[in-house]
Amino acid sequence: MCDAEKKTTQKTPRVATGDRAILPEGAKTIPVYIMGKRYDVPETLTIMKAMEFAGFKFLRGAGCRGGICGACPTVYRMAGDYKLHFGLACQTVVEADMYLAQIPFFPANRASYKIDEIGAAAEAIHALYPELFRCVACNLCTKACPMDVDVLGYISALKQGNIKKAAELSFDCIQCGLCASRCMGEIPQYHIAQLARRVYGRYIQPRAEHLQTRVKEIESGKYDAMLQELSAMGREELEKCYVEREREPDLSTLGTWQPKETQYL
Amino acid sequence: MKISYYPGCTLKTKAGNLETAALASLLALGIEVEEIDRWNCCGAVFSLTADDLIHQVGPVRNLIRAKEQGANKLVTLCSMCYNTLARANLIMKNDPVKRDTINRFMDDEIDYAGEVEVVHLLTFLDQEVGWERIREMVKVPLEGLRIAPYYGCTLQRPADVGIEPFGSFSLMTRLFESLGATVMPFAAADKCCGSYQILNGEDGAQSTAATILKSAAEAGAEALATSCPLCEYNLGKQQGKLLENGLIGTTVPTYYFTQLLAIALGVAPESCRFDLNDGAALDLLKNKNCLVAA
Repeated sequence: MCDAEKKTTQKTPRVATGDRAILPEGAKTIPVYIMGKRYDVPETLTIMKAMEFAGFKFLRGAGCRGGICGACPTVYRMAGDYKLHFGLACQTVVEADMYLAQIPFFPANRASYKIDEIGAAAEAIHALYPELFRCVACNLCTKACPMDVDVLGYISALKQGNIKKAAELSFDCIQCGLCASRCMGEIPQYHIAQLARRVYGRYIQPRAEHLQTRVKEIESGKYDAMLQELSAMGREELEKCYVEREREPDLSTLGTWQPKETQYL
Repeated sequence: MKISYYPGCTLKTKAGNLETAALASLLALGIEVEEIDRWNCCGAVFSLTADDLIHQVGPVRNLIRAKEQGANKLVTLCSMCYNTLARANLIMKNDPVKRDTINRFMDDEIDYAGEVEVVHLLTFLDQEVGWERIREMVKVPLEGLRIAPYYGCTLQRPADVGIEPFGSFSLMTRLFESLGATVMPFAAADKCCGSYQILNGEDGAQSTAATILKSAAEAGAEALATSCPLCEYNLGKQQGKLLENGLIGTTVPTYYFTQLLAIALGVAPESCRFDLNDGAALDLLKNKNCLVAA
């Protein structure tokens, strides 16, 4: 192990030394610039792993590491190109000559409201976020979105009073805040979009009737006896029940299978 | 015939009546309307600062959307949308330096050089449909309705985007004559409605609006037609207050020109959204027997 480490060090000098700087033999490194300082990091790592390799420790600005939570937005630029790029540090693989900066948080205005009181009119959203009308359609928000959300599209939809369209267009938003960081109108797009989705869900989206029926059944006590029976069972008996349970066969045609026991349907 | 259409934000909210009546009319005239995809705000007010190019980006982006969809003409209804789009288009057509700056900034879009022509619906009706054709299509002539064509500011100013020369009101005049109405020219047809002054200078805006409405009434008009949601707001939606404050003596119902067109073409009143007008607007048409039986 010691020899291997030595060999690697000889092959790739100036390797960053974090507390987990274990470079496999023969691994190729590439130069990246983190906040302006050069580090040589193994290729194939994500930006987040590369930064950890370089010795950075994420106390905040890292969450799920699965591209969902929106905690690790990154801005980067390739050497020699004016173009800014945006991504999530946990999802984007490092490339040579990347200039990297993390934007874990960006201050953005967030309005307070009571969802049960504001109603379904777009005017309520306009009143809570009048800065919506500072949009000049520069589209920097859309260009910054690591989830490819049409941010200008949903902001425009809200100006047009179309909450449903805004809710649908912003569905993939992970609240990373990069849109707001780029906005010359100082608009907190992602907070407004979240409000739009809440209003949509609370007032506009059709209710699931079968869910209400089922909730009523539960409240009527239809399943109480079954639950009590299960609660009274010992571990072995529960396991037996689980193993022997009736189960819809994989790949059975939709709507064709019925359990033998139908009293709980 | 098929046209590319830019609605504008207000036509999707407070001025829904301007749009629904226009769409119903175009349907009745056999014209297919395609709303452009992914449009944004027109810019609302054209920026007069010569180097303030960022405020041209919004309107230009809409023109690019039209170009992307293969349109060579983009039809608008709202006077203000027409004005901002047409003026931004002129910059892109005629000013190579500004055009280059804007195209470079919008490097996420295809280049644009004024290829799409911005056309107001009134001009479209004149050039592509024709007043004779409209006259033939009228099912319910607006007989006895004395209507004042009100242009406000942005349909005619500045001259290089005006739908017709300053001081001339022939497009609306010929439209309403084709519909069987009596056109009442009046002195304040191109005076400002008070515009956004209604927000922070209500008194001034109200007296301006009152001057226009009185001028129309004195000329013998019993109603006023416009193509601008802001004019309609100041002249129509404020009338209750104007009466209350004694600034005007009689009500002068205001319509969008598209509503009168639709009614004359036999469109059901429900499609004209008179619920968004003052109550007097629908009553006047009822009294004139201009509505098709429900």
